[in-house]
Amino acid sequence: MTTKQFMFVNRKAPYGTIYAWESLEVVLIAAAFEQDVSMAFLDDGVFQLKKGHQTKGIEVKAFEKTFGALEDYDVTKIYVDQESLTERGLTTDDLALPVEVFSRAELGKLMEAQDVVLSF
Amino acid sequence: MLHIINKSPYDRPAFDSALKTGEGAILLIEDGVYAAARGGATEAKISAAQGKFKFYALTQDLEARGIADRVIDGVTTVDYGGFVDLVAEYKTCQSWL
Amino acid sequence: MKFSILVNEGPYTHQASDTAYQFTKAVLAKGHEVFRVFFYHDGVNNATRLTTPPQDDRNIVNRWSKLAEEHNLDMVVCVAAAQRRGIVDEGEMKRNGKDATNLAAGFRISGLGQLVEAGIQSDRLVVFGD
Repeated sequence: MTTKQFMFVNRKAPYGTIYAWESLEVVLIAAAFEQDVSMAFLDDGVFQLKKGHQTKGIEVKAFEKTFGALEDYDVTKIYVDQESLTERGLTTDDLALPVEVFSRAELGKLMEAQDVVLSF
Repeated sequence: MLHIINKSPYDRPAFDSALKTGEGAILLIEDGVYAAARGGATEAKISAAQGKFKFYALTQDLEARGIADRVIDGVTTVDYGGFVDLVAEYKTCQSWL
Repeated sequence: MKFSILVNEGPYTHQASDTAYQFTKAVLAKGHEVFRVFFYHDGVNNATRLTTPPQDDRNIVNRWSKLAEEHNLDMVVCVAAAQRRGIVDEGEMKRNGKDATNLAAGFRISGLGQLVEAGIQSDRLVVFGD
């Protein structure tokens, strides 16, 4: 099968809307199709990566477990925008996954190099 | 690459966020077209970014919102066919939802 | 050139579905090929034939069905998103023990793999949403 570079751009916070969750489902499918998958987190999307989600009280599935499965699917290109982290008072220590941090301009270049950019 | 923006710049950060990404083309559609209206806070941003980005706005969305007669100089208007041409012209496109 | 279109919002609340429709029409008018239109998230609500807008309003669902018929479009509704939101075809009705179907003409329900395949097979994949 043809392999293409798929980037999933995540700019929305978790739980307030379903977009982040349903985006993750596509990421796993794309990985199962053996595509070259990366995920970029910027703007409120970085909140998805915050560790310590306790979602019992809102009766919604938490992200962390599924994020944990990413590595099993060989999805290891997890890119985060430095400015979005700083703006929201977060550092990489606050995140549930190992990530690569980039400036916005660097992320722009990575985005430009993709075959398919998906955003939800 | 082509950045497609459908959010008002006065409501959400999509427009500013895309501008920070570097260079290419920005197409304003739906509520995104408010960024193309003269006299607003985006006018200075659009003129400052002229070297890096080409700006386009969807005619039908400008008309629907009553601002087709006040499009900032430096923003090119396109119809849906022009939208298709832009997508074809750039290898990648990102919708800033 | 081969295009695919992803629709992430339902009809009427957001303009996304309208824009996606106008864009798809323009793609066809320009002589390009549409490989697939994929409906995800609330976008699956574009596929219910039970929609009944006022007579002076556009019928977004019928409009998609008509376009599909005229151009032999492949319009795919994500099964997981459809199940969550109650978009049902014959097969889903039987499988899940429901008492009705509501999938409009021209749409079919299938997996997310169809979206990934659209990304692989198409020269361009354009996303419409909120």
